[in-house]
Amino acid sequence: MPGGYLSGIFGASPIRPLQKHMAQVIECVNELIPFIEAVLRHDTEARARHHKAIIDREHAADTLKKELRLHLPTSLFMPVDRRDVLEVLTMQDRVAGGVRSVTGVMVGRDMQIPEPMKQQYRELVKCCVDACMTAYSAICELDELVETGFGSKEVELVNDILDELDSLEQETDEQQVEIRHTLFKMESDLPPVDVMFLYRTIDKTGEIADRAQRVGSRLQLMLAK
Amino acid sequence: MEFSLWYLGLAAAFGLFMAWGIGANDVANAMATSVGARALTLKQAIFVAAIFEFCGAFLAGGQVTATIRKGIIDASEIVDRPEYLVYGMLASLLAAAIWLLVASRRGWPVSTTHSIIGAIIGFAVVGIGMDSVHWGKVGQIAVSWVVSPMLSGVIAFSIFMSVQKLILNTDQPFENARKYVPVYIFLVGFIMALVTLLKGLTHVGLDIDGPKTYAIAAGVGLVTMSIGILGIRRVSIIPGENAEFRFRSVEKIFGVLMIFTACGMAFAHGSNDVANAVGPVAAVVSIVSTGALGQQSPLSTWVLLLGAIGIVLGLATFGWRVIRTVGRQITELTPSRGFAAELAAATTVVLASGTGIPISTTHTLVGGVLGVGLARGIGALNLRVVAKIMMSWVITLPAGGILAVVFFFILRGIFS
Repeated sequence: MPGGYLSGIFGASPIRPLQKHMAQVIECVNELIPFIEAVLRHDTEARARHHKAIIDREHAADTLKKELRLHLPTSLFMPVDRRDVLEVLTMQDRVAGGVRSVTGVMVGRDMQIPEPMKQQYRELVKCCVDACMTAYSAICELDELVETGFGSKEVELVNDILDELDSLEQETDEQQVEIRHTLFKMESDLPPVDVMFLYRTIDKTGEIADRAQRVGSRLQLMLAK
Repeated sequence: MEFSLWYLGLAAAFGLFMAWGIGANDVANAMATSVGARALTLKQAIFVAAIFEFCGAFLAGGQVTATIRKGIIDASEIVDRPEYLVYGMLASLLAAAIWLLVASRRGWPVSTTHSIIGAIIGFAVVGIGMDSVHWGKVGQIAVSWVVSPMLSGVIAFSIFMSVQKLILNTDQPFENARKYVPVYIFLVGFIMALVTLLKGLTHVGLDIDGPKTYAIAAGVGLVTMSIGILGIRRVSIIPGENAEFRFRSVEKIFGVLMIFTACGMAFAHGSNDVANAVGPVAAVVSIVSTGALGQQSPLSTWVLLLGAIGIVLGLATFGWRVIRTVGRQITELTPSRGFAAELAAATTVVLASGTGIPISTTHTLVGGVLGVGLARGIGALNLRVVAKIMMSWVITLPAGGILAVVFFFILRGIFS
């Protein structure tokens, strides 16, 4: 193609693919609440449907991740560090992985949540999903960050979002303590193996918020360049 | 002089060919940034390019033309054989034009300026002798090829930093854009007018000097600014834009600004690059008309006109397609960045044109883009391609030179 070499110097920006990947992860996260509701109702048909959707979406996010990795040659000069981009990407992907792993255990063991725990667990899941959403809104700000050349105003705005993410994550920690306490009080009445897995499920659910928070902290490192 | 009509005819034909090649290929790089940033549609870009390339070539192209015509070669050794210089200049034109055609067909990043300089040096060294080249001047030109992208980069960096500080990184970017963008528009008009007045207009009979120049340039700047303000007034905030990307309205204001920098870029390109085509033609014309190596004859206006027409022809026949292709590929460059890169490049190029130094417009523009990138303004730049563009002159110089030598001997064989 004649004369077009000027266009060659513009590499593919990693920002949009990164956002696209996070959007895909969020689609996966969005299935979590309907899935958990199905588990709480013990509606195996709906549970299977949502589980499949989660697996599909996690898979799609994985594909996007591989694509993005291939599009980041070392010769690219970017306003953000190449390593940071890949780290954020990995963290985003782990959020989807976290969702998949929680739901996997629940389906695999045909798990039922004991009645006294239900409301608390529902709230925990909701809070985890909120944390993911907050991480996503921070990732959405990347456009504006590049637009302003990482200006201090925009960085401040993102930092505010990340603070909110931190406090959400802390909230899930507290909720976990409460649920464990509820479970502890009734664990002698339940089959021991079930109890073991319930503890594990609480852990894994909380980990989703944990991972969302880690997306945020990697993003913060990216900004601190 | 024997064959004088032949010489003139060939010079005009080759010059037109070369100018056509510049219009067909080189202009794309100057204009495609505007099309890519969606500041101009393809039609508008061609329109702007045609008018301002023509003006730049005709009004401010004289200085560089003089350098190419008589600054590189010391012809004192061939005073008794002036036709050698004619063959050489014809050969250089043909060599550069053909090399450009081949290279751009293959998609190699070559510079028109580097091709013609390489060709002239090549024929002079082989056809006349090592001492016939003003190596000092050539050295100066070579240094400018390194300095010009760097200077453009520094300017672009500073401009973009100022944009961040004044507009993007504030509480009210839209209001501030309305306030400050006219200042940048003023700068575009002022700088272009100033350089043209200082260095360009003597051959069209206008000779203004002293503080008057600055006054007139400021006047031109103010007029451009008022036109710009009218354009900016028509931009309004896009409702509901906060959802996805908050700077879309701001970018629209920069889009208005970019129309002006695109004009400046086309003007600058015309002023510097037309010389690549008409410099050798002017040399031939002056030898033929005086019958000797009279280097004092003034530059004929029709020669510049020939180059300007050639560029517009190239643009109209082939260049628009290249602009369309390149424009589609440059989408990462939003108006706020595009204007910084373009304004920096245009300023550097017209400054160089004013001092008569032939520099590469493309390389200067690449320098400007890198400057914005260094200010963390661009998503990703492919450094490998940048290196390839910057290194291209290493092959372009000898390629142009060797071709020129070949054509030189062919022409000498035909005419003597």
